[in-house]
Amino acid sequence: MIHIEGLHKKFGKNPVLSGLDLTINKEGVFAVLGPNGSGKTTLIKSILGMVVPDKGTISVQGEPIKKNWKYRKEIDYLPQIANFPGNLKVRELIRMIKDLRQSPSDEDRLIALFKLEPFLDKKLSTLSGGTKQKVNIVLAFMFDSPLLILDEPTTGLDPASLIHLKELIREQREMKKTILITSHIMQFVAEVSDVIVYLLEGNIYFKGSIEALKTKTGQTDLEHAIAAIATRPSHA
Amino acid sequence: MQYPKLFIFVLVLFTTVELWAKPIVVCESCVVKSISEAVALAIDFDTLLVKKGTYKEYNILIDKPLTLIGENYPIIDGEDQGEIIRIVSDNVTVDGFFIVNVGTSYTTDYAAIRVVKSKNFLIQNIVLEKLFFGIYLEKSNHGKVYHNKIIGDAIDEYNSGNGIQLWYSDHVEVSQNIVQGARDGIYLEFSDNITIHNNKSTNNLRYGLHFMFSDDDVYTDNIFENNGAGVAVMFSKRIKMKGNTFRKNWGPAAFGMLLKEINDAEISGNTFEENTIGIHIEGSNRIEYKANNFVKNGWGIKVLGACYANTFRANNFLYNSFDISYNSKLNDNVFDGNYWSAYTGYDLDKNGIGDVPYRPVKLFSYIVNQTPEAIVLLRSLFMDIIDFSEKVSPVFTPDNLLDTNPLMTKVQ
Amino acid sequence: MRPLQLDLAMLKILKYSFYDLIRSRWSYVYFLFYLLLGFVLLFLNNDVSKAIITLMNVIILLVPLIGTIFGIMYFYNSKEFTELLLAQPIKRSSIFLGQYFGVAGSLTLSLVLGLGIPFVLYGLFKSDAIFDFTLLLVTGAFLTLIFTVLAFNIALSNENKIKGFGYAVLLWLFLAVIYDGLFLMSLILFKEYPLDSFSLGATMLNPIDLSRTLILLKLDISALLGYTGAVFKKFFGTDQGLLISMLMLVLWTVLPIWRLVSVAKKKDF
Repeated sequence: MIHIEGLHKKFGKNPVLSGLDLTINKEGVFAVLGPNGSGKTTLIKSILGMVVPDKGTISVQGEPIKKNWKYRKEIDYLPQIANFPGNLKVRELIRMIKDLRQSPSDEDRLIALFKLEPFLDKKLSTLSGGTKQKVNIVLAFMFDSPLLILDEPTTGLDPASLIHLKELIREQREMKKTILITSHIMQFVAEVSDVIVYLLEGNIYFKGSIEALKTKTGQTDLEHAIAAIATRPSHA
Repeated sequence: MQYPKLFIFVLVLFTTVELWAKPIVVCESCVVKSISEAVALAIDFDTLLVKKGTYKEYNILIDKPLTLIGENYPIIDGEDQGEIIRIVSDNVTVDGFFIVNVGTSYTTDYAAIRVVKSKNFLIQNIVLEKLFFGIYLEKSNHGKVYHNKIIGDAIDEYNSGNGIQLWYSDHVEVSQNIVQGARDGIYLEFSDNITIHNNKSTNNLRYGLHFMFSDDDVYTDNIFENNGAGVAVMFSKRIKMKGNTFRKNWGPAAFGMLLKEINDAEISGNTFEENTIGIHIEGSNRIEYKANNFVKNGWGIKVLGACYANTFRANNFLYNSFDISYNSKLNDNVFDGNYWSAYTGYDLDKNGIGDVPYRPVKLFSYIVNQTPEAIVLLRSLFMDIIDFSEKVSPVFTPDNLLDTNPLMTKVQ
Repeated sequence: MRPLQLDLAMLKILKYSFYDLIRSRWSYVYFLFYLLLGFVLLFLNNDVSKAIITLMNVIILLVPLIGTIFGIMYFYNSKEFTELLLAQPIKRSSIFLGQYFGVAGSLTLSLVLGLGIPFVLYGLFKSDAIFDFTLLLVTGAFLTLIFTVLAFNIALSNENKIKGFGYAVLLWLFLAVIYDGLFLMSLILFKEYPLDSFSLGATMLNPIDLSRTLILLKLDISALLGYTGAVFKKFFGTDQGLLISMLMLVLWTVLPIWRLVSVAKKKDF
């Protein structure tokens, strides 16, 4: 599915990714975690082609992504900050994204799930942050792509919507999809993910199941396990 | 068309003449086959009737009072040999000929028709082509040059002549003529009391009309268009210029009209349109400019050197790149009650006169005088800012040059 | 590489950006401003020649300013939207060209309709000022295209909004005023030398001066032909001036667009 080899990226003089290798070749939910500045977002954006790597190769579904844009048909992306052209209505935005992707979609079910019907004819600039995030989720989940990338999907969601989101993720996993998630909410990560990919100083520090991580760190819950893993290198 | 009318006119003239005197008829199959022959045969006050045909003649000397009438425009072809007709007698009329191929010379000013020291001449309905000089009046007074058409093909000044030239000739009327493609369309030197009316002088190499040392002349309702340099009025007094149109004289040294050392003239009701310079004035005094239109010229009026006691009243200055340009800080001329399209003031008391004075000289025109290339910065914001600051406190332009009564609407 | 390649996705993005903008309040304000200006100039003054001169002043100053500000604001405000688009299966060039033409197109439409309507109502088609007016609109459209893409370029190269905005306004100020001041100063300083090629060259290097020159060719040809230089005479006296100016305006549009696309391709978001 995703194959990354020797990925390097610097912003200015500041190296963010230094020779990162990562292979994800099965379905499931992969949580990409790591302290601030560890390169999570850069990694995700590199996979999406939004960041151009200095060195290294990335292939998605066996295709190298360099100077390629068609592979993004296989990816659904939920960006971190949901901000859209203010003068468009929700309905128009959904229609536009459908129009741009030209793939089959089931937005109606998602709109009903998040109770967005009353907002369909409202301009995006008038929506609250939470509602915008719901629209964001609809846009990301309405297509049927084999790869999903969710960047902080829980931002601004009320508890009911959070439950719906978790259901959606579960549903997608059952459909044998690969899902990449970043999140700061460890409880959420523990609930939904199969594999933790832990980044540190521009490289993969740990990759394995939550159980493996707990065993490795000797902690009983994920939050402490993550905290422990983050502090260890500085003592090493 | 003019010709059928003309034809009838000539015919009527011919029949009336025939009633009281039998004319000498000239034609290719007649007894008299050439014009020179006929002139020799004629006695004073005879009429010569020249029938349609081509007469290859030059140096035709008319030394007695005669009337020469061409029927259906007979052609006199000078074959580039020299002068074609020379009139040295009073009371001569030449009417209705098509004269071509005047000889060109670098030493002698050959003309199609030259009138020398004669009075009461009438030259009308002549068509001239391929000429050197056209109609040349030399020390001849009290005559009329009427309704002629002079079509030259002048390319260089040194080997071309003037369409109609007056030299030491007084009291002559020049009207309804069309002159084009000559060196100067109409040229006057030492000729006083001349009336130039309703002529059309276009596409001449140098000037449409050119005055030198000629006083008390009047020119009205003429059209001067696309001449090399426009119209030049120089070293003359008491000239009246009214109702003329000066158009499209474009070029580095081109103007609608040049006034040089002109005093006590009256310039009114003329239109200066789309000239590089509307009127170029040098050393001219006591001139009254009234009710003229200056439209879309590069410079409406350009004043060089000392010009005193001129007045500009009730003129329209419309969309000129520069309305007035001065090369000095001194001003002794009066601008009063003109309409300026560039005026941006207001009229609160609604009396038709703007409440703030208008300053027609912009700083930018001063800069362009100094640095001509700066013209490419015309109408730029930077120039507007500079002009504005100069308007507020004049440093480079004459500070008393103001129209204190700028009109709010055009003078009709 | 074909930076100007049109494709379906670009047209779609253009369409949505355009719809987005023509519904914004500012587009209406811009449109109504021109509408009002056109009516005031024509129906209160009743003088087409004067109206054209005033419009020229407005167009060569206001159009670049509005193009710059709209361009820079739109680019920064649609940052997240751009990121959303970047994750879609669309080429980067399509995204940026689509947004650019959307902004420039809606601004041009405001200009052309805003001024066009009063002029058509006034009966311009029967007047001989139609050519001058058309030239004004064409110039205005070019200036919109040029300054919007310049603003996009500035925004693309500056993550910091305040900085980008400052540079954009400075660029406008420089090209609208300062450039001409420096230009004039160098003309005065070097007036002993033949300067006609220099002054034409300097004009070509500033799109505002270039547009002004195009309009001068119509409004002030009588004055322009008063200068003696042979280069000037050839430039202003023949169709050469119009052709070269138009060509330069096209270059001024195409080159920044090319830069926009090539920088956008390498940029990280």
